[in-house]
Parts: sequence; structure tokens; C-alpha cells
Amino acid sequence: MSLSQDDVEKIAHLARLAVAPDEGAALSRDLSNILDLVAQMETVDTGGVEPMAHPLEMHQRLRPDEVTETDQRERYMSNAPQAENGLFLVPRVIE
Amino acid sequence: MHEKTLAELSAGLQAGDFSSVELTRHYLDRIGRLDPQLNSFITVTADQALVQAEAADARIAAGEAGSLTGIPLAHKDIFCTEGIRTSCGSKMLENFVSPYDATVVANLADAGMVMLGKTNMDEFAMGSSNETSYYGPVRNPWNTECVPGGSSGGSAAAVAARLAPVATGTDTGGSIRQPAALTGITGLKPTYGRCSRYGMIAFASSLDQAGPMARTAEDAALLLGGMAGFDGRDSTSAERAVDDYVSGLDAPLQGLRVGLVREFMENDLDGAIAGSAEAVIAELRRQGAEIVEISLPNVHLSVSAYYVVAPAECSSNLSRFDGVRYGHRCENPHDLEDLYKRSRSEGFGVEVKRRIMIGTYALSAGFYDAYYIKAQKVRQLIAADFRAAFEQVDVIASPTAPGTAFRIGQKTDDPVSMYLQDIYTIAVNLAGLPGMSIPAPQVDGMPVGFQLIGNLFDEARLLNVAHRIQSETDWHRQTPEGV
Repeated sequence: MSLSQDDVEKIAHLARLAVAPDEGAALSRDLSNILDLVAQMETVDTGGVEPMAHPLEMHQRLRPDEVTETDQRERYMSNAPQAENGLFLVPRVIE
Repeated sequence: MHEKTLAELSAGLQAGDFSSVELTRHYLDRIGRLDPQLNSFITVTADQALVQAEAADARIAAGEAGSLTGIPLAHKDIFCTEGIRTSCGSKMLENFVSPYDATVVANLADAGMVMLGKTNMDEFAMGSSNETSYYGPVRNPWNTECVPGGSSGGSAAAVAARLAPVATGTDTGGSIRQPAALTGITGLKPTYGRCSRYGMIAFASSLDQAGPMARTAEDAALLLGGMAGFDGRDSTSAERAVDDYVSGLDAPLQGLRVGLVREFMENDLDGAIAGSAEAVIAELRRQGAEIVEISLPNVHLSVSAYYVVAPAECSSNLSRFDGVRYGHRCENPHDLEDLYKRSRSEGFGVEVKRRIMIGTYALSAGFYDAYYIKAQKVRQLIAADFRAAFEQVDVIASPTAPGTAFRIGQKTDDPVSMYLQDIYTIAVNLAGLPGMSIPAPQVDGMPVGFQLIGNLFDEARLLNVAHRIQSETDWHRQTPEGV
């Protein structure tokens, strides 16, 4: 499996990563090598096998719909790079 | 004091031979003197440690101490610690001060343990050498030109160099066991769900598990007992009582059935590493264990399936780092997309970006079935191989890593060769099983690890086998020079 630099840029965009012009060639080589490693799993027939999403057979637990957390907005927002009046600031989205 | 094990230190504290404050000062002094050469800590929390030590001494004086009370430890910097910077080895979280404690951290603090600091690690736990850390590589105390393994490389080096009696680690594909092997210590990855993942920064949520790193199996048993337990805040936490990991440590191994994985022992295994493993197997046999050859026919596909499952989960988990709510934010973004892209590209290192991109690709429209679903099916086959094997044997044994510690820089240009460090450990995470690495005879003066794999929730048996080996041999007592 070989990924072109064009493919790499598309994937980077989906992942919201920027690829610098000098990184593209090395990234497409490394990602292609990783996909070659991954391709080994094509050698086994998995017809009729149930996909395993999780190592333990368990069900999602439910809890009573009660308030268990106290309001700690100030504290939790103290790590925000830019915040004002309890709001996270981002560049203008709607003109 | 640093030559003593956790069990010995605990006895010394109870007997009043020394106080927790004295013990804590001793380790802080060692960190100050020796860690500049090793770089095993990202943050040292001396002031908080002394406050915790004083409280522990009061508990001991009041007769309210348990076996962990007053014992110093180091936490991998992947665990959130309230009021203390939690970086996960990344520039992304260079300024992140956690507003809460991880459950594992809280459990051990409640037991009276004293946190010395936060240990270095591969960025977001992605790596097998500790070289992807934004805070610089960790050096192996056995040879400072070599890596300590990863991703829990700081915890491993700190315990090996006696800068902490024990440390916490996390293991997604081998990140406790491989560094334990490369630094000559004892490390255990418990069954998936045994220790809470709450407050443990997520890499691959169906694989991540916290565990103890120590010098002996007995110490690992004591620490695991304090870490483990059901936690309603982790939706995949195992809702079952924690076993007593200590009381059965001395049980004889007569009649124990040990499986040797044929696929691991024949394919490309280094001769010296095989010889080291055989010495441990001979000791097991001498103590009355029965050695049985077993086959895991799909185990050779573990690395390939893992490099779909883990990156896919990582790409999803790491999408939370958006430069908005916490973490690194770029300067002067001109729009929202620019904010996302530059914040993430500046904040993440190259290995993290590679894995996010592989995962994004595997989950993207048109490729999801071929990669993600296929990998989950292969995962099922691997887990089934283990289920069949555990009908024949009680534990499975193999080498932990394919070689001894390699030189810093030796594998950084070739991600795939780095990934193959974990060929013997990854299958255990895919199947959710507990796995352990203990020291085997050294090769050319460098540590070698021996892996024991147990059935689900069979940690007590692994610890028993490891302890019986350590009771009759001195492989785990080797100490690096200058330590």
C-alpha cells in the first residue's frame, strides 16, 4: 500500500493537521510502510468472525439520573488558552 | 534506604527505624543528584511530597497505617494529578494543570503513599524507547547511551536507578513490560478494566491499562492491591472484588502448567534472548512446573491488527486537543480551521501525528471495513487462540522483548522497526489479558525480560509464579553501576 503526498494531505486535513512542505515526503514513506505492516492481516480468512470491539464481555452500566457533580466551571476553564465570562473564545465563525 | 524493597521499607516505617519524611528526603536527594543524567522525571513535587510524608508519619504514629502508608512513589505523567502539571510527555499539555486526580492517583494517596513527582514518557504513550517525549529522551541506568524502553521509560529508569521504590505505568501494547525488561525491573499489566482509566489520559481506550512497576513481584503485588478496584467513573471498569495479591505469593509451583508459545520461540528469536528465557524455564521446571508447548496460530498478526486498532482509537481520542478548551493554542489564528490545524501541528510530535493519520485513514469512508472491522476480526481470532491455550495451561511464558536496550537514535528513523519491539507483548493487550515482565539472566551486562501471561483476572497467579522464581534466583537483584 502506497500513499501519495496528495493522499497524505487529504488525510491530514481530515485529522485537522497541517503538513509542512518538507514533511510530506517522509510522512508518505512512513505511513506507506506502516500500511504495509498492517496489510499482513489480509493473509488470514476472517469470514464469519465476529468483530471484537472490546476485551471484556460487559454491558454499559446505567446509573440513576441524579446530579452527582458540583458546578466547577471556573476551575475547569482555568486551563483554557482564551476564555471570557465563562465562554471559550475562538476566531469568528459566523460573519 | 534505597536498597530496600517496598516491603522492607514498609516494615522499617512500622518499626520506627526511619520516618516517611526521612525516607522522602532521601529519595528527593537522590533524584536531585542522579536524575540530571537520566531525565526520568518531568516534574519533581518536593513540597507536596513532604506534606504527604508528614501526614503519613502521623498516620503511622496513630497506628492507622497500611502497608503502603509513607512509601514514596513516582507517577507516570499520563495520570492526572490535581494542581500539578500533567504533560503526557507532550508540548500540547506543557501548561496543563489538572483540576482533578486520576482514580489510581487518588487510591494510592488514600493509602498514604507519597508522590515524589511525575515521570517522563513517550508522547501520549506512543513509543517504545521514550525518545518521542517532548521533554527529551530518558537514559537507561544500565548504559546511558541506551534507551530505557517505552512508553513508561521514566518510571522504569527511576525504579531501576532507585530514585523511587515503585512507580506507576500504563501499557497499551507493552509500555509497562518492555521498559521493565530493558531496565531489569518487574512490571505488571493487569487485566483490562482492573485499574480505573479515569484521569489517565487516553491513547487507545480498548487497550489502555495501568499497572505497577517495582523491583520485585512482592512489591508489584502490594502496589497493585492499592491501585486496583471498581470505579463507577470508568465505564469499562471491572465490577468485581480485588483479589488478595500477597497471601498466595509463596504457593509452590508443583504441577503448574506453563505454556511456551511455539510461534514466539522459533521465529527469528535472538539466540542469546532465547538462552536467557530457557534459564528461567529451567528454574520453573526445577520447582515442579510442567512445561507444555502451545500454539497461538494467529499471534503473528498481532502487530498488524494493533496498528489499526490503536491508531484508530488514538485519532478519535486525540481529536479533543483542539486549542480551544485546554492545551496548546497557536498564535493569531485567522480562522477556526487555522486554529485547529496549527495548534495541533505545533502541539503534537511526529510519532503522534503519524498515528493520528493512520487512524484517520483506517476510519475514513471507504476504508473502514477493510481496516478497522478487519482488525477487530483478527483481534477476535487472537483472543480465541489464547482462550484455547488456557484450556491446556495455567500461564503462558515467552521473552518480553526481542533484544536488550538499543542505542538512543538507533530506531528513530524507522517507525516499523520500533513497532516490532512489541511483538511479544501486543497480543496480550488485544486479548485484554494480564501480562508481566520479570528479570531473566542478563546478556552482555544488559537486562533481559521474561514475560508471563495469565488468564483474565489471574494477576495473583502471575505474581505467585514471579515471586517463586525471584525467591530462588537473584536475576532481579542486579543493580546498575553507580546506583
